[in-house]
Amino acid sequence: MEALREVWVTGLGLVSSLGEGHQAHWDALTRTPSSPVRIDATRFAPYSVHPLADVDIDRLISSKTERKQMGIWQRLGVHAAGLALQDAGVAGDEQVLDRMDLVVAAGNGERDLAFDAKVLAQLTSGDCQSDPDVAARVLNGALTTGLRPTLYLGELSNLLAGNIQIVHKVTGSSRTLKGEEISGLSAIEDAVRRVASGQADIVLVGGALNSERNDLLLNYELAGGLWSHPFVPVWQRDAQGGGFVLGTAAAFIVIEARDHAEQRGAKGYARIAQVVTDRCARRVPGEISASLAKLATRLADDLADGALAVLSGASGAAPATAEELSFLRDHIGAGRAPVAVRAYGSCLGHSVEAHAPMGLALAALALSHDGFYPPFKEPPDAVSAGNTSRDTRPVRILLTSVGHWRGEGLALVEKIGGGVRTA
Amino acid sequence: MSAELRDRRGRPVVVVTGMGLVTPLGWGAAANWSRLIAGESGINSITRFPTMGLKTTIAGTIQSQTGAPYSAFALALEIAEAAADEAVRQSGIGVTGRFPGPLFIATPPSELEWPQLARLVAADGGVADPGDDGGYQRLLAAARSRRFDDLRPHAAFASIADAVQTRFGTIGEPLSICTACASGASTIQMAMETLRRGEAEAALCIGTDATVHPEGLVRFSLLSALTTRNDPPEKASRPFAKSRDGFVIAEGAGAVVVETLEHARARGAKPLGVVLGAGEKADCYHRTRSKPDGSAIIGAMQKALADADISAGAIDHVNAHGTSTPENDKMEDLALRHVLGERVRDVPVTSNKSQVGHTLIAAGAVEAVISLLTMREGVIPPTINHDDPDPDLALDVVANTARRASVRTILSNSFGFGGQNVCLVLAAEPS
Repeated sequence: MEALREVWVTGLGLVSSLGEGHQAHWDALTRTPSSPVRIDATRFAPYSVHPLADVDIDRLISSKTERKQMGIWQRLGVHAAGLALQDAGVAGDEQVLDRMDLVVAAGNGERDLAFDAKVLAQLTSGDCQSDPDVAARVLNGALTTGLRPTLYLGELSNLLAGNIQIVHKVTGSSRTLKGEEISGLSAIEDAVRRVASGQADIVLVGGALNSERNDLLLNYELAGGLWSHPFVPVWQRDAQGGGFVLGTAAAFIVIEARDHAEQRGAKGYARIAQVVTDRCARRVPGEISASLAKLATRLADDLADGALAVLSGASGAAPATAEELSFLRDHIGAGRAPVAVRAYGSCLGHSVEAHAPMGLALAALALSHDGFYPPFKEPPDAVSAGNTSRDTRPVRILLTSVGHWRGEGLALVEKIGGGVRTA
Repeated sequence: MSAELRDRRGRPVVVVTGMGLVTPLGWGAAANWSRLIAGESGINSITRFPTMGLKTTIAGTIQSQTGAPYSAFALALEIAEAAADEAVRQSGIGVTGRFPGPLFIATPPSELEWPQLARLVAADGGVADPGDDGGYQRLLAAARSRRFDDLRPHAAFASIADAVQTRFGTIGEPLSICTACASGASTIQMAMETLRRGEAEAALCIGTDATVHPEGLVRFSLLSALTTRNDPPEKASRPFAKSRDGFVIAEGAGAVVVETLEHARARGAKPLGVVLGAGEKADCYHRTRSKPDGSAIIGAMQKALADADISAGAIDHVNAHGTSTPENDKMEDLALRHVLGERVRDVPVTSNKSQVGHTLIAAGAVEAVISLLTMREGVIPPTINHDDPDPDLALDVVANTARRASVRTILSNSFGFGGQNVCLVLAAEPS
């Protein structure tokens, strides 16, 4: 087998409750002493969400007709994808876009809530309750006359990718992965492995989540995952049963072979050294920690030396977040200088499929700034270090992604040039 | 390693050692095959739910063998497991419950269906408030009561992948893939890539779909994608016929075990066929239609041939996407003319959707299995209902009755909404 190619991050496109663009995110997240958190605790009470900042997400979508065809999650994702392409210097470059591959992590799109409510009201009426035939006639009639023909295209998982193709002309290939949090890391893993092995040169990867919708909250409430108490950072939720607070966010990154980037004169934010994923059965306590520890052994050579920091994708869900913390204490923090651990979900909320791409982008950003993020109420007794963005200057950052109900993985991101191991 | 275990570019040769199939024609590859070559149809009038008021009232449905009440999640999982079980048994790989490789699976949308929403909204009696989000306030309150946690797997995106992984004990995080109606083919492509990278020696690939429910039907109906030729149902799916007017939605699951030839040889397993290559090209024209010049689907075919390292002249059969919509079949003909050139009139083309219907997410996997059976048996299943060939098309359609043919190399096409185009090149077992 040929030697693996070096994999760089060469473009970032971020949108969230903190604003638009990587500079806005860096500025907001490194502001001390207290990082800004934007929470809306009333609109979806008892749930809180991190609502989208005041951002014009349609700026890059010139056609009004196209906009109308998309749900909000799709417009968010298309916008972030466009920012990433611009940032990488390939927006509008047909020659590159025509062979650029696309990997998107996605759930479902948005339902027409007013329509659903209307139909449900009819279905709970006396006639429908007493006669299934009447209920069937009502449902068939409502669906036939009331569903918007384009709605399904707004709901289909792969249509975020489809819209990125249409608006930005990314047309090498297009794949969508489903599966909540871990699909975001799997999408990165697929891109990294294809680039490293020469199966691809340049890949656009990411995801988007619109948290401000009742149908999404319903799905995650059924999964028993939502935090419905007053907001506290992710590490502080375990005693009350755990849970996550959804945050509107979209994150896209351009992942590119180093030689491809250098040929076109592009700069890299950081290098992705490794991505590893697994899914343990979660039948017994401690299984998640053990699975993460096993994954960490695959990174052991790279983790051993040099200044390390951890960007945790912890959601606050139980027992996932508590088990992740034990893993970090026992396997990453033990026997070395204090390791700074930061859970970006405490600031941005949990963005499910977009969460790992967001974390990877924030890791690359920190390495390129030669700094890290100040703590956001991380557990004082846990591995924690540095109070400002300059106190900690990691040469590599470990990104964690532990799904609220399944899937766990790690990514190791290294400083370009500074990632050489020290004695 | 001996030379034949690698292709000309030094990549590990990837073979299929097990296949499984569930379609409206039957459970199991053998049951399907006999009905396929007999030219039978699996399309029927829908009896699962009342169809009054619907324009399309036919589909290719599958009856659960466990008698479990229908839901897309439950049925898609049941048929995925049945197809995978057949494939794993045939391959003889691993031990029960411990498959020695990763899972690549394509599953239908994970969503609550109307009967489930109705259950939630009726939890506390009374009539729901039709106000803007009134319905959802009730649904959320019902969900918080924790009395409906059984609905979890319907709304979780990886629940089918998770259940299949648990059952078969595949290694690592399974990939749950959605490339719309190309998804089944994508599972095989991504497994092939993984094996070529040397990250695994074997993989389990499954495409499954079971979404014949009222909204599932109406969605496609509103997009004008479905035929309304309801009577008789078996005549409705008419790929490449002049009178085609839409596809017939169907349910199904296809599964294959792929492994490196080296791994198969080492354990004495018999290869059933070779995954020679795969190509993918995204379209940027329209959400449901191809670029008028066909460049994206042409690109997918050409990338598949290039990946397989063969010329178009080596293709001796095309297992078409052939949905029976006016648009798809015209564009597929255009693309095949471009790719095959003069040979387009000589290369037999068939669409299994004429018999099975369009199994959507599963179609690429279902048709890959049928393509492999075609090579093994030396018989091409017919495109039925080809009573009135479309004179504008150049294709040599295997019309109405099965055709004997020695087939060594097949191009299997899958195209999906959202500009998804995936083509596989499958070849007969290595000599």
